[in-house]
Amino acid sequence: MPSKNAKPRLAVWKFASCDGCQLSLLDCEDELLAVAQAVEIAYFPEAVRSALSGRYDLSLVEGSITTPDDAERIREVRRRSRYLVTIGACATAGGIQALRNFADVAEYAAVVYARPDYIRTLATSTPIADHVPVDFELRGCPINKRQLVEVISAFLAGRRPAVPPHAVCIECKRNGNVCVMVAHGTPCLGPVTHTGCAALCPSYNRGCYGCYGPKETPNPPSLSRWLAALGMDARALQRLYRTFNANAAPFREESERHGA
Amino acid sequence: MARRTITVDYLARVEGEGAFKVVLRNGKVENAEFRIFEPPRFFEAFLRGRAFTEAPDITARICGICPVAYQMSAVHAMENALGITVAGPLRALRRLLYCGEWIESHTLHIYMLHAPDFLGYSGAIEMARAHGEAVRRGLMLKQVGNEIMTLLGGREIHPINVRVGGFYRAPRKRDLAPLAERLKWARDAALETVRWTAGFDFPERARDYTFVALRHAEEYPFNEGRIVSNRGLDITAAQYEDYFEESHLPRSNALHARLKDGKAYLVGPLARYSLNFDRLSPLAQQAARDAGLEPVCNNPYRSIVVRAVEVLYACDEALRIIAAYEEPERPFVAAEPRAGVGFGATEAPRGLLYHRYRLASDGTIQEARIVPPTSQNQASIEEDLVNFVESFLDLPDDALRQRCEQTVRNYDPCISCATHFLRLDINRG
Repeated sequence: MPSKNAKPRLAVWKFASCDGCQLSLLDCEDELLAVAQAVEIAYFPEAVRSALSGRYDLSLVEGSITTPDDAERIREVRRRSRYLVTIGACATAGGIQALRNFADVAEYAAVVYARPDYIRTLATSTPIADHVPVDFELRGCPINKRQLVEVISAFLAGRRPAVPPHAVCIECKRNGNVCVMVAHGTPCLGPVTHTGCAALCPSYNRGCYGCYGPKETPNPPSLSRWLAALGMDARALQRLYRTFNANAAPFREESERHGA
Repeated sequence: MARRTITVDYLARVEGEGAFKVVLRNGKVENAEFRIFEPPRFFEAFLRGRAFTEAPDITARICGICPVAYQMSAVHAMENALGITVAGPLRALRRLLYCGEWIESHTLHIYMLHAPDFLGYSGAIEMARAHGEAVRRGLMLKQVGNEIMTLLGGREIHPINVRVGGFYRAPRKRDLAPLAERLKWARDAALETVRWTAGFDFPERARDYTFVALRHAEEYPFNEGRIVSNRGLDITAAQYEDYFEESHLPRSNALHARLKDGKAYLVGPLARYSLNFDRLSPLAQQAARDAGLEPVCNNPYRSIVVRAVEVLYACDEALRIIAAYEEPERPFVAAEPRAGVGFGATEAPRGLLYHRYRLASDGTIQEARIVPPTSQNQASIEEDLVNFVESFLDLPDDALRQRCEQTVRNYDPCISCATHFLRLDINRG
């Protein structure tokens, strides 16, 4: 039922995920009440008890598709949404649960569950864009809440979100960090990883581990040669590319070049 | 006959996807099911073959609301397997990080998820229209919890600074000083939160729960202690699987953790508080008494007040840790891989979180076992529904449904956590 006021209607949907990306919206402590002024938070079960109704101007979708029911439900979400934006590594790449894509899901179910025959699950965990058209993908595990506010603002204003797709390295240099790989020999995925985290790990003396997935036009084979020179063996290299964005094509393909 | 069914197909204001059904016949509860339809993610399966160093980052992704709990149980289990001990300032920093998560997670639940039940709103945003000051206080208090996580962990969700043996980078003493100023405000706000929640109307209901929580010789428990109960249980984390088991109940298609004698038990704030009241700081004890709480609380509807007392304690404890902090020489204790089994149990905001890992000699994980708090509370949630609903039958359907929801939310259930291990019932009918 369309509302009488003219506020755009926002919906937040959850598929297979940890809830962390939608929590980012509630973690906008300074902006949350302002956002609630600008939009009608019409469907957000994690925060509000309300029924599904009508169409939504902006749908934020967290999580990946892992069950036959969810593959159906995402089509319903698309039908109800003017704009559909996916948030986080699960929704944009399949998440850590996409590690099943490299394994036998029946064997996985048998390891975790006493009665695996009761589990109705797909053999793969896939991003939302594999199932329905997506208007924008916001990356990260978890997403950056400042970028989330930017995305919501941009869609309300009818413009493209300003979310740069370059490597973590650029932000890291801008922060004035000493390169952990060059100076300390610490393996780092920064050169191939999408920015958005403010180059957090190098600022804490550790290498990037790829929370935001591949950057635009990455060159993982080149990075892998450097990492091998630092002493990483094939198994370690494979593991490095296979975490929260394991199913994103550049990381998936590179991981398949390594391993036991 | 007089059959009445209360169903909620998608429970709101909890973390994850859950539902429940209560079937009543002639004024008696015939059946109560708390169902999980959150898809499984198979963490225990894909942890096999990973390096021991990866466990804190990977298991954090089980839950975006309580990632620190997963990181802490994982690192303690790994350190147990590798035979190292983390003491002194690094141990204190871990406690401080956990204080941040308790403040953030409990405040989210108190203000945004649970208080609307008591005050009659669909959520905190609607509640803010009439209770703006309270909601803003809650948001600011939550923010202080997040600031601890951000300073120590790098970010509030899935912190990056935790490793087996300690941290990647330890904060300077001067980094913590501004945080102390914020925490002084937070401690006052937490005290105000205790008073605010104490003024809600609570159904007078109680049950003779079996409480299970950690207990430490000196401290209110976060990372260390023996697993104890109010029925005489007193064991180490390594003995957990000798005393607890997950049974398969066909009616709900869900695994429930129970004591091996088949009894349900309760973990989380109510249990922690009732087993450790004497370990709370004097300020938190006094606030609890002033709020009308006894040292043992058997009324689950008052769990919101107990959570507020724990937030107050966490602020108080964080200030104590910051005041006593001395910078460590190194941010971590080095850990060499070796074959072995390690056990870890820590107090997540929602209760006891158990991890067990078996490692190969090169540190590769061969087997992983994780039992989250909500899995352990599931049996108790259903028993609460069975025991309490009959006494609310004079309520009309909508109000009864809401009361049932409130009864489930008493536990702050985290379904995302529970699901990698809970069996599914995808019949959404």
